[in-house]
Amino acid sequence: MNFSFETLLILAGILFAIGFLGLLVRRNLLFMLMSLEIMMNSAGLAFIAVGSVLSQPDGQVMFLFILSVAAAEVSVALALSILMFKHFKTVDTKALNSLK
Amino acid sequence: MLQFLWLVPALPFLGFIILAVFGKYLSKKMQAITGVGLVGLSSLLVIIIGTEFLKFPNNNFTQKLWTWFSISGFAPEIAFHLDSLSLVFIFVITFVGFLIHIYSAEYMFEEEGYARFFAYMNLFVGSMLVLVLADNLLLMYLGWEGVGLCSYLLIGFFYKNPENNYAARKAFIVTRIGDTALLIGLFILYSRFGTLNFSEILKIAPGTIIIGSALATTIALLFLGGAVGKSAQLPLQVWLPDAMAGPSPVSALIHAATMVTAGVYLIARAHVLFELSPFAQNVVAIIGALTLLLAGISALFQYDIKKVLAYSTISQIGYMFLALGMGAWSAGIFHFMIHAFFKALLFLAGGAVILSLHHEQDMFKMGGLHKKLPLIFWTFLIGSASLSALPLISAGFYSKDAILWYSFSAGNGNIWLWLAGLTGAFITSLYTFRMVFITFFGEEKTNVHYKPGILIALPLIVLAILTTIGGFIQLPENLGNIKLFSSFIENTLPHTILKNVENKEWIFQLFSAIIALSGVYIAYIIFLKKPIFIYNRENKVQKFFLYGWNFDKLYNKLFVQPFVWITKINRNDILDRIFDNFGLLFIRLSQFIGLTQNNRLNWFLTGLMAGLILVITLMLYL
Repeated sequence: MNFSFETLLILAGILFAIGFLGLLVRRNLLFMLMSLEIMMNSAGLAFIAVGSVLSQPDGQVMFLFILSVAAAEVSVALALSILMFKHFKTVDTKALNSLK
Repeated sequence: MLQFLWLVPALPFLGFIILAVFGKYLSKKMQAITGVGLVGLSSLLVIIIGTEFLKFPNNNFTQKLWTWFSISGFAPEIAFHLDSLSLVFIFVITFVGFLIHIYSAEYMFEEEGYARFFAYMNLFVGSMLVLVLADNLLLMYLGWEGVGLCSYLLIGFFYKNPENNYAARKAFIVTRIGDTALLIGLFILYSRFGTLNFSEILKIAPGTIIIGSALATTIALLFLGGAVGKSAQLPLQVWLPDAMAGPSPVSALIHAATMVTAGVYLIARAHVLFELSPFAQNVVAIIGALTLLLAGISALFQYDIKKVLAYSTISQIGYMFLALGMGAWSAGIFHFMIHAFFKALLFLAGGAVILSLHHEQDMFKMGGLHKKLPLIFWTFLIGSASLSALPLISAGFYSKDAILWYSFSAGNGNIWLWLAGLTGAFITSLYTFRMVFITFFGEEKTNVHYKPGILIALPLIVLAILTTIGGFIQLPENLGNIKLFSSFIENTLPHTILKNVENKEWIFQLFSAIIALSGVYIAYIIFLKKPIFIYNRENKVQKFFLYGWNFDKLYNKLFVQPFVWITKINRNDILDRIFDNFGLLFIRLSQFIGLTQNNRLNWFLTGLMAGLILVITLMLYL
C-alpha cells in the first residue's frame, strides 16, 4: 500500500498527541508508561516515513535505536514502579504529592 | 564677646545631638552632666554677653550666620538679633532653664529614658532661644514649631501611658490651630511688605499702613491667634491643664516659664502692628482679662496641685496679655520675667512635694508638710507670696501692681479692665493660699517617703531669692522710683503712654495690697480654720469649674464629633471603593493562579508541556 508522506506524518502526529494526552491525564504510573511507549513509537513512525520518502535506510536504523532505548527505559521505569509500590503501596501518582 | 551670640542656641542643640546619638553609651552621670552642663554654659555665656551689652543698651547687635535659602528674591537669613527684649528673654530661658535642668538631674534620676529627657529638654531650650533671638519672622517660626514639637515630646514623655499620649496630641493640635493663624499672618505680611525681617518691618510699617486699616487689623489678629495658641489663652487654653501629664520639670520649663510666653514675645516683637490697629490691641486686652478671670476661677476648684498651677499660669499670662493690650509693654515683659521665676519655683517645689509623697498629686491627700519638708515649704511659700502679689515683700507685687495701674491709666485703660484685674488678683490670692494651706498645713494624710537632695534644693533656693529681690529693679514712682527694667526695655519697646490722670498710683497700690491680703486671710479661714466649704467632687457646679468651664466638652461637641461623623460617612466613598477593589482584584487573581499550584504531577507536566509548545511555536513562527 502506498501511503502518502503527509498521511504517515499525520498518523505519527495523532499517535503522539494521543500518547501525550494520555501521559497528562492518566494517574496510574503504568498507564503513563504505556502512553510514553505510544509517544516513542509515534516518533519512530515519523522517522520511518521520512526514511522511505528519501529512500535512505537511516530511518529504519533510527527506529531500531529508538526501540532499544525504549526497552531499556521501560525496564528502568518498571523497576522504579515496583519500588514505588513497595513504598507507597500504590502506583497512583497522587501519592507523590509531597511538595506543598 | 557679642560675636559668640550664635553659641547661645548652638550649645543646647549640640547637647541634643550628643544625647540623641550617643546617649545610651554614656553613663547616667555623664548624661546628666552633658544635658545640664551645656545649658549651664549657655547661661554663663548669656550672662557674659549681657554684661557687655548692658554697657551700651541701645546698640542692637545682629549676627548673620548664613542665608537660609534664596528663591526669586525671597532670601530669609539665619541671623540672630540681640536687643534688650531678646536679652531679657534669653536670660530667663537659659538661667531658669539651667536651674530646672539641675533639678531634673535628681528628679528624673529614677525614671527610664534619662538621656532622652535631657535630649528633648536641650532641644527645647535651643528652639526657644532661636525663637527669641531670630531677627526675622521665618526663623522665629522655625523656633516656634520647634518648641511645639518639644512640648509634644516632653508631655508624652511617659509614652507608655496612653493618656499622656492623648494629652501630648491635644497640646500639639490645639497649638497647631494658632500656628496656622500665625502662618497666614506671615503670608499676608510678606505679600504686603516683601520682607519678614523685624527691623525692616519696624521701619516700613508705620509709614505704609494706615492706623486702623483692615490690613493692620487682619495681620494683628492673626498674630494674636498664634499667640493665643501657644500661650494657652481664650479660646485655645484647653491644652495646658492636660499638659500636666508631663513630668514636673517639663511643666516648670515649658508650661510656666518659657514656651507659653512665646505668645507674649510675639506680640511684643510685633508691637508696631498692634499699635497700628487699636482694635486688635483692645482684643488682646479683653482676651487677657477674660482669660485671667476664667482660669482663676477654675483654679479655685482643682484638687490636683499641678492643675492649680496650670490654671494659674493661664491666668498670669492673661495679665501679661492685658498689659500688652494696654500698651504697657515694659510692665508686661517685667511680669513675664518675675512670673517665670515664681512659677518655675512653684512647679519645682510642687514637684518636690509630689516626689516626696511618692507621686501623690491630690492636694487633699497631703497635709502637715510644713514641719516635714521645711525647705520646700518656705520656698513654696515665697513663690506663693509672689504669685498672690503680697505687698512690698514679693516681686510679684511690683510687677502685677504695675499692670493693674496701667490697666486703668494707660492709653487704652478702662475701669472695667482694672476691676477684672483686681478681681483676678483676689482670686489668685485665694486659690494660691488655698493650695498652700491644704498642702502644707492640717493633718498629715500621706507619709513623706523621700527627702529631696541638694540638686533639688539648690534651684529652689536660687529661684526663691530671685523671686524676692527681682522686684527691686523696677519700683513704682511713689515707692522708690527705680526704673532700671523699664528704661532697659524701652530701648526696644515703646514707652507706655498714660492717660491724663493725676498720679494716684498709691490708691491702686492700696487696693491691690488689701485685696491680696484679704485673699490670704479668707483662704486661711475657709480652708484651714473652719473648713466651711465642703468639696463634693460630684457636684455639677463644682465639676463645671473643675473641668475648666467645660471647654473640652464644648469643643468636643462643636468640632470633634462632627469631624469624626464626616470621616465615618466618608469611609466608603467612590475613591475609597476604587482603591480597595483594585487591591482586591489582584488578591483574587493571585488566588486564582494559585489554584494551579496544587502539586499534582499531571498539572506540573501539563504546565511544562504547554510552555514547551508555546516556546517552539514562537521559535518557528517568529
